[in-house]
Amino acid sequence: MFGKGNQRVALDETDWLGLMLAVRDGRDRAAFAALFRHFAPRLKSYLMKSGASAPKAEDCVQDVMATVWDKAAQFDPERAAVSTWVYTIARNRMIDMLRRERRPEPEAMPWDEDSEPDQADVYAAAEDSRLLSAALADLPEKQRSLIQRAFYGDLSHSEIALETGLPLGTIKSRIRLALDRLRAKMTES
Amino acid sequence: MTTLPTIRHHLNDALLMGYAAGHLSEAFGLVVATHVTMCDDCRARLESFEALGGAVIEAEDETAVSTDALARMMARLEVPVVSAPPKASRKTSLPSPVAAYVGGDLDAVKWRALGGGVRQAILPTGPKATVRLLHIPAGQAVPDHGHRGMELTLVLRGAFRDATDRFGPGDLEIAGEDLAHKPVAEAGEDCICLAATDAPLRFAGLMPRLLQPLFRI
Repeated sequence: MFGKGNQRVALDETDWLGLMLAVRDGRDRAAFAALFRHFAPRLKSYLMKSGASAPKAEDCVQDVMATVWDKAAQFDPERAAVSTWVYTIARNRMIDMLRRERRPEPEAMPWDEDSEPDQADVYAAAEDSRLLSAALADLPEKQRSLIQRAFYGDLSHSEIALETGLPLGTIKSRIRLALDRLRAKMTES
Repeated sequence: MTTLPTIRHHLNDALLMGYAAGHLSEAFGLVVATHVTMCDDCRARLESFEALGGAVIEAEDETAVSTDALARMMARLEVPVVSAPPKASRKTSLPSPVAAYVGGDLDAVKWRALGGGVRQAILPTGPKATVRLLHIPAGQAVPDHGHRGMELTLVLRGAFRDATDRFGPGDLEIAGEDLAHKPVAEAGEDCICLAATDAPLRFAGLMPRLLQPLFRI
């Protein structure tokens, strides 16, 4: 189902993972439009709360979604949920646009493009992200707002407290295992 | 860059969160990116904070985009992108985020003497914080200093000790205002660190303090 062939699967307009894979593997414009309809208004909110004017946010959304299309080949569903991947693209664009500084990045970890992704891992990543969203929604308003403000840059370093009880540990462990496997492969070859 | 399994001193949640949210100063961001390059455990932690960013986007209210936004977007997809070929990652002894700021490997660093055999090279970043490479000869001490703000010191090679512990390759010391310390490089190998401060250091001795404006410490 997630093969790299061009087989058409009926699009589920809320299956972000399926849509993103259709964009990545099939260059599917309808799937991309569905992703745009979902993410564009949310990205615009995020960018405006982070300090961008409405017109700037609008331009930035176009740039972010263009990058989603252009760099789709780099989307690795074993490592990140669609929302996570879109978020990091938006954050990077926001820094470039608002701060005009260089943006130091960790050395990229190449991922194994040749082998089929492990279905169980892909589903686990998507499920982890769904659980995280649910947990964020369940937080008391005050705590959720603190996390959101940390992402908008409204908190000082010392105000960032993360005793949230969010299931970040499970996500970390899964990513850690994926990195270990990748490292093992890199030393083999 | 292979990562080091022996790292004992890691990034804290506030720094990872600040980096994931995109709100660290460039200098602190460079230290975080470099530690993450050396440490898979912190890379996994960073990516989990980025997943939280994804959840924040999902939970976001919707602000209507202009009516022609989707049409403009789809038209833009027709324009082929000329993307630069991926840069071949050259093997450097410096972690790649640092090498990018130095503009090469260790032999490209423009060192300046800091006294006592210690040398430094300030890397060019935005103004909110300062980051430098420090070269401490084996067995030598960095002048005793405290901080007004926060100081991050990441060991790239060799090791140093101070009153708190030993710091080897990949280890990160996070020092706040309360810590006045005197790092000493271990005997046997020169120590090279990446150190960032968000406020000038306070040296205990008179001479180093007089030199401070000259050296931008």
